[in-house]
Amino acid sequence: MNARNLVIIAVLAAAVVLLAFVPSFTNGYQLSLAINIVSYTVLATAWTLFSGPTRYVSLATVAFFGIGAYTVAVLGEQLAWPLVLLIAFVIGFALSLLVGLSTLRLSGVYFVIFTLGLAELVRQLVTWYEVNITRTLGRYIFLDVTHAQIYWQLLALAVTVFISGWLIQRSKLGLALRVIGDDEAVARHVGINTVMAKVVLFAFSASFMTLAGAIMAPRWTYIDPAIAFNPVVSFQVLIMALLGGVHRLYGPIFGVIPLVMLFEILLAKFPNHFSILVGIAFLLIVYAIPRGIVGLIEGVQLSLRKAKGAGA
Amino acid sequence: MITEPLLSGITLGGIYALIAMGLTLQYGVARIMNLSYGESLVAACFAALWLFTAVSVNPLIGLLVIVPLAALINWLVYQVLLMPLVKRAPSRDALEVDSILATFGLLFVAQGIMLAIFGGNYFSYSFLAIPVKIFGATVSASRLLALAFAVVIGLALYLGLTRTRAGTAIRAVAVDPVSALLVAIDVRATAAFAYALGGALVAAGGVLVSMFLTFNASLGVVFTMKALIVVIMGGVGNLMGCLVAGMILGLTETFVATYVDPGLTLAATYIIFIAVLLLRPQGLFGARRS
Repeated sequence: MNARNLVIIAVLAAAVVLLAFVPSFTNGYQLSLAINIVSYTVLATAWTLFSGPTRYVSLATVAFFGIGAYTVAVLGEQLAWPLVLLIAFVIGFALSLLVGLSTLRLSGVYFVIFTLGLAELVRQLVTWYEVNITRTLGRYIFLDVTHAQIYWQLLALAVTVFISGWLIQRSKLGLALRVIGDDEAVARHVGINTVMAKVVLFAFSASFMTLAGAIMAPRWTYIDPAIAFNPVVSFQVLIMALLGGVHRLYGPIFGVIPLVMLFEILLAKFPNHFSILVGIAFLLIVYAIPRGIVGLIEGVQLSLRKAKGAGA
Repeated sequence: MITEPLLSGITLGGIYALIAMGLTLQYGVARIMNLSYGESLVAACFAALWLFTAVSVNPLIGLLVIVPLAALINWLVYQVLLMPLVKRAPSRDALEVDSILATFGLLFVAQGIMLAIFGGNYFSYSFLAIPVKIFGATVSASRLLALAFAVVIGLALYLGLTRTRAGTAIRAVAVDPVSALLVAIDVRATAAFAYALGGALVAAGGVLVSMFLTFNASLGVVFTMKALIVVIMGGVGNLMGCLVAGMILGLTETFVATYVDPGLTLAATYIIFIAVLLLRPQGLFGARRS
């Protein structure tokens, strides 16, 4: 570890400490905006953790997020909070293993198709369970959790996601994933268990999303399946990650911050045309900046360096 | 009485097969993984509803307007939105990822437009809702008519693809786009045509579905999902596979809805999907790829 890395780590640690003080100098509205930004940072980064290196597009973010929220709605008042979070994590992990093991042995298309309907499947199953077994559709969440506490937990989760992502990149698993992303056939030939690598990574990514949902749940006070499994959330996470750039773990942050602001404005001004406008914004990103903002910046840096080299 | 769910299952299965045939054209020939596929179906449902209630045009006559219009719109979508992706994609895999993203965006635009116009409510209209007795079971006449039309359209497609020059060109592109170029087939024009044809088929499916099912603006994803599962179960690019797999799905859903619980139909669909993925991912009629 050289001096430059130490400086970077110190700056990042200072930034996290600074961010932890956000609740003490913001009003209610600003804090709720900050919560949105951090929660989408967790979701988009967790998405990138898997979909960035493997290039398998996951459309099931809200399935896991909603499961986390529902776990809290069902168990929140009966068990201690850390235990509830643990259970949410385990459920998310188990479901993602099931999805991963049945689809990731095959080509990426199967995975995309499976995740496309997964949120709808879970929503219908939860609805069916609530209507037939508990006979109530919709639950109240009365937990004594303040917005500041939600913010701190999300911040801690975001830090965990980044550290795990960084550790994975430096590990054998990270190396394996980079080879898979470049050429899966080559990866298999050099003896990488490609299926295992993908499944494990997907399970971690999905469990982080589940945790984010669990932490965010007390904010709603009332949830029903339509709220918890709203497909627009998966879509927003995908857009944010792509706008930022998915080939770097820190890329999504560059998409999350502007888009949370933009969506906030759009939702306030055009509530009835929200998904049309978000869809158009997404198409613009896919066509105009396929490598995201980070890719754009890196491209500019590269051409500047080339220009310099040519001039000297 | 087992004949009743059997008959409804067959009608539903016939429609699923028709819808899946359109998707297999778009994916197998044009190589576009179209996630907004079901939106065309729902749009056709609304178009048929509007024609029937506002201008009192019979949905079967409506087919004559809606299907060509859908073909045109899909052709334009391919030329304007998807062609740039086809041109910039370095490989087939890259095109797949790009087309998934672009059509996913399109899904939300199309769904948003329909939600803005029609809202989130369920719609249906009553066309030929006359009870008909067959083999001791009662079925609505509109259902039988929908099945008859699905059979006719499916048969016409099959003959068109196997007996005509244009159909042979489409199949050639599906098998090998590079070799198709060598025998002077305009691959891009053929792909655009196949994409438009797929859009026309799903619109026809939508009009037929609207005659006997209730629908709402956010139903598209579920139909996309089912069409994809049928295509995979049958084997990509295989019309016979579409028919058999469509029937399996339609019958399973109807039996689950009748004897288990209507709320669990999608779960049944997923169980079939998982079984296919685990046991025979290349599809019932697909050749095993190395």
